[in-house]
Amino acid sequence: MDLLEYQGKQLFARHEIPVPTGIPARTVDEAVAAAEQIGYPCVVKAQVKIGGRGKAGGVKVAANADEAREHAEAILGMDIKGFTVYELWIEEASEIEAEYYAAIVFDRSARAALVMLSTQGGMDIEQVSEENPDAIATLHVDPLLGFQPFEARRLAFDAGIDADLIRPIGDFLTRLYETFIAEEAMLVEVNPVIITPERKVRALDSKVTLDENALFRHKENAALRDPSDEDPQEQMARDRGLTYVKLDGDIGILGNGAGLVMSTLDVVAQYGGSPANFLDAGGGSKADAITSAVEVICSNEKVKAVLFNIFGGITRCDEVANGLIEAFASAKPSVPFVVRLDGTNDVEGRKILADANLPGVYTASTMNDAAEKVVALAKGESL
Amino acid sequence: MSVLVGTDTRLCVSGITGSEGSFHSLNNRAYGTNVVSGVTPGKGGQDVEGIPVFNTFHAAVEASEANTAMIFVPPPFAADSILEAADAGIETIIAITEGIPAHEELRVYTQIKRMPGVRLIGPNCPGVLSPGKANVGIIPASFFKEGNVGVMSRSGTLTYQIGNELAQKGFGNSSIVGLGGDPIPGTSFVDVLELFENDDQTELIVMSGEIGGDAEEVAAEYIAEHVTKPVVGYIAGFTAPPGKTMGHAGAIVSGSKGTAAAKAEALEAKGVRVGRTPTQVAEIAIEILGG
Repeated sequence: MDLLEYQGKQLFARHEIPVPTGIPARTVDEAVAAAEQIGYPCVVKAQVKIGGRGKAGGVKVAANADEAREHAEAILGMDIKGFTVYELWIEEASEIEAEYYAAIVFDRSARAALVMLSTQGGMDIEQVSEENPDAIATLHVDPLLGFQPFEARRLAFDAGIDADLIRPIGDFLTRLYETFIAEEAMLVEVNPVIITPERKVRALDSKVTLDENALFRHKENAALRDPSDEDPQEQMARDRGLTYVKLDGDIGILGNGAGLVMSTLDVVAQYGGSPANFLDAGGGSKADAITSAVEVICSNEKVKAVLFNIFGGITRCDEVANGLIEAFASAKPSVPFVVRLDGTNDVEGRKILADANLPGVYTASTMNDAAEKVVALAKGESL
Repeated sequence: MSVLVGTDTRLCVSGITGSEGSFHSLNNRAYGTNVVSGVTPGKGGQDVEGIPVFNTFHAAVEASEANTAMIFVPPPFAADSILEAADAGIETIIAITEGIPAHEELRVYTQIKRMPGVRLIGPNCPGVLSPGKANVGIIPASFFKEGNVGVMSRSGTLTYQIGNELAQKGFGNSSIVGLGGDPIPGTSFVDVLELFENDDQTELIVMSGEIGGDAEEVAAEYIAEHVTKPVVGYIAGFTAPPGKTMGHAGAIVSGSKGTAAAKAEALEAKGVRVGRTPTQVAEIAIEILGG
């Protein structure tokens, strides 16, 4: 789960990482009140989960209340690379002497946290790493030992940090690592880390991604989930305990197990179709899960045909068949379905479907056969 | 022979008194797996259809000489249970549990790697089946028979699909190893490639990968250097968009990394033939081994 800049900064503040003072605002009036409280100059910052806000005009300095109002009016509701601005962060203006970059990433390939530090902050770090990889000092942390003070010093020296800042930057990195571990983040990134004329270190921005699997023990973070982030179908699926990812096409897909569903999408694409979604009904899919899945898939108006691809392991094909009959009774889908049932209780499942003789439901004997049929149906051809 | 589980497996199940845990333990026993004990803290002294339950792994290992553990407890307790099994001297730990937090998984992975002789399979995996010998986990064994094809996969049901395609063409399996769909699996393709390479029964290796991470790319390098047996690959997720997790916590394309196309290319560059559909995997297997 990605956090907004100000949510990340509030997380940082809890772990004593220095951040500029600020107040979030959802309306123009709230923004002006926040600016009055913080004093001038202050910065009005768009809160969206995408980079490049400054270039898009989403970050403006206000010298007085009129300017704060003007900027808030301009930025609220603005579209930044497809993300609408619903929230602002009004922050005290910072004096900047230098801009650094610091980040900690959960590096799955190396099976360790990767700490990165560079004096070339404020710009696109991927560009820095391409053009001048030596400008970024990196180090992997032993997951059982944790981040050691000598490692922080080594990074700071390797990055070419000024002597008087070796310790403050080291402290900053140590706290960032504490935040990464305590909050169970997959990423904490600060770009830029600024050095003020008084030689103080501060986080001027934040990018934080949290581990969804760990949210059960971080209630405060779990509460930051923003439903407006999610597509309505994805939200509906989540509420019903299904894994659903919306795609651009017109063929609804349901399967059991993530790998099989991914494979089904690929096979449909190979037959010239375009999948409308990924939906994993999960292991042991019961009848009510199937009903929910049909409702979620068919609530996407683009869907012209649906493919059910089930290989029963824990999932029993007779339960899937019964679920489909219930779903047809309650959701009354108007598009054709192709159903392929194999695995546990497949003979029973196929018989249940044959006996029910549902309108617009076709059966297929293999995955390839199913894909071919559903692609034809989505094109409006008859079988 | 077979790999990881077989006739000398002595299984202890963590979470054996739960509904899923008991169901699958009994299923595994019915298949012929030697299920010798279970662990549920506070329920020591009870039994599940004759399988004795202990409070700790240490007590279970002492009393039942278990050498293999299956972890079936919910995510908040699973990492702890894996570490307990390892500490008690279990050599092969198969973790079925899905949803273990990433940081915990990383700490467990690191600790297990530092314990010589201990191996973790999973988490978030369907287990390991050696047809005709033993089944540990939730793989529906009735679809598979004994044979010479070793299968390893990051996904459960996709393994069944590929196994079924092979079975329809007449192939059986030495072992089917579910590695799991998490970002930090305890055992990777490379580890199992080594086991299959050294296993007499295995004549062909099928490797079923998916988007995310670089396990397939690393395996491609290893195959070129160390594997003499033929390997057939499959990669799921060619149509997956970047930045979206496709069901498995580990299945995500980040930036240009971890795409299915890049993985297939890496394997093909090292001479591994990659089937574009599960059916094609079986067809390539026939070409290599003869129908």
